[in-house]
Amino acid sequence: MDLAFTPEEQKFADDVRAFVRANLPADIRDKVKNGKHLIRDDYMRWQQVLGKQGWLVYTWPKKHGGPGFTPAQRYIFENICAEEYAPGIIPFGTKMVGPVIYTFGTEEQKAKYLPGVRESTVWWCQGYSEPGSGSDLASLRTKAEKQGDHYIVNGSKTWTTMGHWADWIFCLVRTDPKAKPQEGISFLLIDMKTPGITVKPIIMADGGHEVNEVFLDNVKVPVANLVGKENDGWTCAKFLLANERLSIAAVPQSKRGVEALKDIARSEQENGKPLIENQSFAEKIADLEIQLTALEYTELRVLSAMAHGGQPGPEVSGLKVRGSEIQQRITELTMEAVGEYAAPYLPGLLWQGSNEEPVGPAYAHLAAPRYFNTRKTTIYGGSNEIQKGIISKMVLGL
Amino acid sequence: MDLSLSDEQKQLQDAAERFVRDKYAFENRRKIAATEKGWLPENWAQMAELGWLGMAFSEEDGGYGGGPIETMIVMEQFGKGLVLEPFLPTVVLGGGMIAKAGSKAQKEALLAPMIEGKKQFAFAWLERQSRYNLADVSLKATKEGNGWSLSGHKGVVYNAPSADNIIVLARTSGSAREEKGLTLFVVDAKAKGITRRDYPTQDSLRASELTFDKVSVGADAVLGKVDDAFGVVEDAVDHAIVALCAEATGCMDAINAATLEYIKTRKQFGVPIGKFQVLQHRMVDCFTNAQEARSMTLMASLKIDDKDSVVRRKAASGAKVQIGKSGKFCGQSAVQMHGGMGVTDELSVSHYFKRLTMIDLMFGNQQHHLTRYSNLAMAA
Repeated sequence: MDLAFTPEEQKFADDVRAFVRANLPADIRDKVKNGKHLIRDDYMRWQQVLGKQGWLVYTWPKKHGGPGFTPAQRYIFENICAEEYAPGIIPFGTKMVGPVIYTFGTEEQKAKYLPGVRESTVWWCQGYSEPGSGSDLASLRTKAEKQGDHYIVNGSKTWTTMGHWADWIFCLVRTDPKAKPQEGISFLLIDMKTPGITVKPIIMADGGHEVNEVFLDNVKVPVANLVGKENDGWTCAKFLLANERLSIAAVPQSKRGVEALKDIARSEQENGKPLIENQSFAEKIADLEIQLTALEYTELRVLSAMAHGGQPGPEVSGLKVRGSEIQQRITELTMEAVGEYAAPYLPGLLWQGSNEEPVGPAYAHLAAPRYFNTRKTTIYGGSNEIQKGIISKMVLGL
Repeated sequence: MDLSLSDEQKQLQDAAERFVRDKYAFENRRKIAATEKGWLPENWAQMAELGWLGMAFSEEDGGYGGGPIETMIVMEQFGKGLVLEPFLPTVVLGGGMIAKAGSKAQKEALLAPMIEGKKQFAFAWLERQSRYNLADVSLKATKEGNGWSLSGHKGVVYNAPSADNIIVLARTSGSAREEKGLTLFVVDAKAKGITRRDYPTQDSLRASELTFDKVSVGADAVLGKVDDAFGVVEDAVDHAIVALCAEATGCMDAINAATLEYIKTRKQFGVPIGKFQVLQHRMVDCFTNAQEARSMTLMASLKIDDKDSVVRRKAASGAKVQIGKSGKFCGQSAVQMHGGMGVTDELSVSHYFKRLTMIDLMFGNQQHHLTRYSNLAMAA
């Protein structure tokens, strides 16, 4: 048992850091460092740089065109990217539909779709939730009826993150309305340019446009776009959700968040002294840092087990629960640190990248929108209550 | 980077698991706790034979070259069985301080027989006013010829009734609560001038109040340097904290397993109570808490011998905060979900709960270590 990197791991870490420093565009780094809003082009530029290096799909095995990183290398890669203020990798292609396609797809599908994910030339989005189907995902009603070589898809999807930027959507659709809820679902890939698709923005509490409603009105989808067997889409759905939960713990991002919080607490004043010298506030940060350390070592234990041939099981739901709570706590304490200067709402600066002067320090106006926005983390990817239900059933046998 | 156990470490884990299974069935433990010593000499002899009393010490000191990970492995199993033998005061604290600060002669006279199972220790640091401040020591040692004379009081000294030697933290110079001016003495437990009031603790261990009335010791009783013991003591206590965290992790595993079994079998309203979502989620929270406790214990065991003292102290305090929080959550939840049975002496649950509660109080509770961690972490 050894916490230290082996010489090979150390060399890998040095290589990753040198690469990110040399290739991450300065304007993107600056945006991430200062908490500014990123646009589609920012993500694409960085992801294409990683794609050329073969690192964008860093969780993929070699045989599907990934780098075949060991769990330790994955950990190192994620941490260094976060430390160097690289944007988070958008998971819909790289961590969701890509692994589904190489696990359940045909050779033709692999050849057609995987290069676009590996090189980030195609933006994917996720069509899971529906207005009537949130936590009870298997109750979804968007239906796909087979007519010759096509499915005709009708229904609506919601909470579609970055759907307004997407080229393709992967959808869960109902292909057998008479079967039990989980047995009549199929996994379909749909080109967003297909006639009959309408994307309507949902504006969130922070004023931002991140998620959408997607309406499907007699959308014609080739039968060749079905992944896995018809009516067996739930298998793909579950596989995808387990993958999603592993990366959703967001430990490297939260480590960066705690350091930023400490900087803010050093710069904010209270009674003529830095806020960080307020013992009770300092202890709140300390408690958060300890929670994050516990999460990090739990993740490292899972990664170590994986390095010895284990697979991430339902226990990764626990990582999602604690990881999301910690993300929220960071934003809560950051807003508490900023105090009343969290109140000014500056949408031009926040969303359009205008040059207007911030009110108070540059970080202040971001604190409240972040806090409001981050409430999503305990809701998406299966709410934390759903995760506890999974652990209760799958791990504890209750 | 690899956080998995080696083959030898897995064998050690298996052996410790077997020991607990064979010797510490719950009714057996009750009998051991009721003996005069409160622990079994035959168990202690077996631990010596299995090499556990020497595993964490260097080969140079007569040990087997292991370290905190080996201690963690064994302590976790001890927690599962609520083992009563005085491993922590004798091996982790006493042995640890002698290995760190002792002379060659002291190691030969004390450490070697300890590893063979022939000597036990107790560590007397706490005084009535000390709370969790290791430097708040007023028991005085004054020069007397070539040696020293010790006078004062020490409290809640675990294993004092069985110890062959008491390791006493005394003030040789400086003012109250000053870190400088503290000295460790190894005192024969039967030395003239020591009076003992023995008692059991809440969790079935044994401890004593000790009064030192002009207890004379030779110059060779000094462990380490005169006036300079604080660093040795702080480091030994941090090691003991990490060992306690491992023990607490074992306790949490056991109490969670008992509770899970109970809510699967206990029926109310015509169904096992584990069918109710409110209990399911609480049970999940118990397991998550135990996972976090295990992760922090592992982190601290890996870092407790780090070169950087800030890293070591943060590791110990961070783990102790987690264990305090998780231990309380698992303990209180287990009792609640067991209903009235959880507060009876009959079931093991209340005994695990008591041990977890006492572990939080030892060497600084959750709040104390949160403050210590905070002061270390915000300084950067």
